Amino acid sequence: MNRNGQVLLRVENLVKWFPITRGIIFTRTIGYVHAVDGVSFEIRRGETLGLVGESGCGKSTVGRTILQLHRPTRGHVYFDGIDLTQLRGGELRRMRRRMQIIFQDPYASLNPRMTVGQIIAEPLEIHGIARGKEARERVEELLRLVGLNPIFADRYPHEFSGGQRQRIGIARALALQPDFIVCDEPISALDVSIQAQIVNLLQELQERFHLTYLFIAHDLAMVRHISDRVAVMYLGKIVELADRIELYENPLHPYTQALLSAVPVPDPAVEARRQRIILRGEVPSPVNPPSGCRFHPRCPIAQEICKHVEPEWREIRPGHWVACHLAA
Amino acid sequence: MPPLLDVRNLEVRFFTRDGVVHAVNGVSFQLHEGETLGIVGESGSGKSVTMLSILRLIPQPPGRITKGEVLFQGVDLLKLDEADIRRIRGSKIAMVFQDPMTSLNPVLTIGRQITEVLETHLNMSPQEARQRAIELLRMVGIPNAAERLNDYPHQFSGGMRQRVMIAMALACHPQILIADEPTTALDVTIQAQIIDLVKRLRDELGMAIIWITHDLGVVAGLAHRVAVMYAGYIVEEAPVLELYHHPRHPYTLGLLGSLPRLDRRERRRLVSIDGMPPDLLELPAGCPFAPRCPYAFDRCWEENPRLEEIAPNHRIACWVDVQTGRPR
Repeated sequence: MNRNGQVLLRVENLVKWFPITRGIIFTRTIGYVHAVDGVSFEIRRGETLGLVGESGCGKSTVGRTILQLHRPTRGHVYFDGIDLTQLRGGELRRMRRRMQIIFQDPYASLNPRMTVGQIIAEPLEIHGIARGKEARERVEELLRLVGLNPIFADRYPHEFSGGQRQRIGIARALALQPDFIVCDEPISALDVSIQAQIVNLLQELQERFHLTYLFIAHDLAMVRHISDRVAVMYLGKIVELADRIELYENPLHPYTQALLSAVPVPDPAVEARRQRIILRGEVPSPVNPPSGCRFHPRCPIAQEICKHVEPEWREIRPGHWVACHLAA
Repeated sequence: MPPLLDVRNLEVRFFTRDGVVHAVNGVSFQLHEGETLGIVGESGSGKSVTMLSILRLIPQPPGRITKGEVLFQGVDLLKLDEADIRRIRGSKIAMVFQDPMTSLNPVLTIGRQITEVLETHLNMSPQEARQRAIELLRMVGIPNAAERLNDYPHQFSGGMRQRVMIAMALACHPQILIADEPTTALDVTIQAQIIDLVKRLRDELGMAIIWITHDLGVVAGLAHRVAVMYAGYIVEEAPVLELYHHPRHPYTLGLLGSLPRLDRRERRRLVSIDGMPPDLLELPAGCPFAPRCPYAFDRCWEENPRLEEIAPNHRIACWVDVQTGRPR
């Protein structure tokens, strides 16, 4: 929780469009999915930045484009001052040692034909850090670190529950002693009682190894819990970004306000008093995003200007950024 | 007044190659007219199997209802022949499922699927049925209802499909609506729309609802009474305020503790529940929660507590008084 720490990651005007193609022999591009359409933010060393939004808003694409798992259409990603978008081959691979990802689906992200030991040792071998007995020792240490019994190294992923598999995924991500981890919905597929175990583990590991997280999720309560600052995405854009307390207590963007009001609170007394902002309609297609402010067709307070002019990304208070014409 | 639905000692088993799955282990509850009962549990807790068994919708074999009674207006649904249960299913007791895409027929228009229900159960003519279908779609907030009748399920978004499912469920004015995680696959803003809709319809039509969920937040604002399930047992049941404000079963306490709260600014470590739910193939002799319970003592390992009333309308299945941490 290093508020004034050094910036580890700087994302500048990141754009990722996916082509939509027709034809099998003569493929032509007939349009683009505007998955990420110009987002900028920084993450400081040791900090957790939460990235929230509903399905299809582009939050996972942001995480993957930062790691260059997707190459960006435009924009820059500076990691420790080095522009990852300019790196190729071996140079990029060396930087990747320092950046890892934990995926949402612990069932799909582990190779079913490899033992847990092989899965965790693979990055060590690829990067030439350890092999054989040394790798084995490191695997056992990593398993203990994530709260699993080291004898599990010889078992296969199907023998584990969802929560245990997510621990294996975390051990794999930690193998190379990274500085930065993209946590892409790491708890969404887990049962409630297991979610807390994984979140607590991620927090302990962060303190112990001084990790920096980008925590991507749709669960606003959990994001608030784990993050230092939170960014809200809607249809390929970040609409608001602020400190975790500021954002939840003083949301300025009408979308953030609606999103927060929609989250149920596990307390009937609170629920009985709450006023919900029920949004009209649904998220439009990212192939043809609306003109002006992308949220205007669903915005309860939209004005004429919102239909035509895209709102500027401005810092309305120190550290509190918003893209809305009407926010004050 | 006798309850609308009285489930007594329901027991469901699945006879599989690996052994006997003890899915539901003597569940009893009542539902009164106009009441909304929330059933909360994690995956494998038996909440869905209980509801499917009430309507005799579990696949038999491998499933079998081995014990119990399901009295609907005094008639045991488990003793009815197939033709009689069909007359109740979908007309007097209707059900909405989590995934609307798999519960709708992809090759029939939405209109046909609704009119079929009306023609079968209410003997309406095709014209009457069509008119009523339009009304139903309007009632659940689908714009351009008359035109959308000719669309196929894939032409609807997830939220709209769930509205269609609700329209179909309400087609015959059911006395009970069973909703099995109807909003789990939806984004929070769409979830808020659906919950808002269900509350409005409940007040207009006066039906009783059983709402199954893993999310303690969702039922807090919706249910009058909540039952918590674990390993095929109801472990706690109480009026909604009582359950959230004075939970008495260690599992309920654990669940509430593992949830971060959006309405609280301070960050406390989440209280996670250690371990995993038991294997339903081999249930322990004692309390199924004992291996994960911080309060467990000798008796908990030997003898499974029955659901008992410990305060007016408040029932728990536990040997411990969580307020003192000692045996009751």
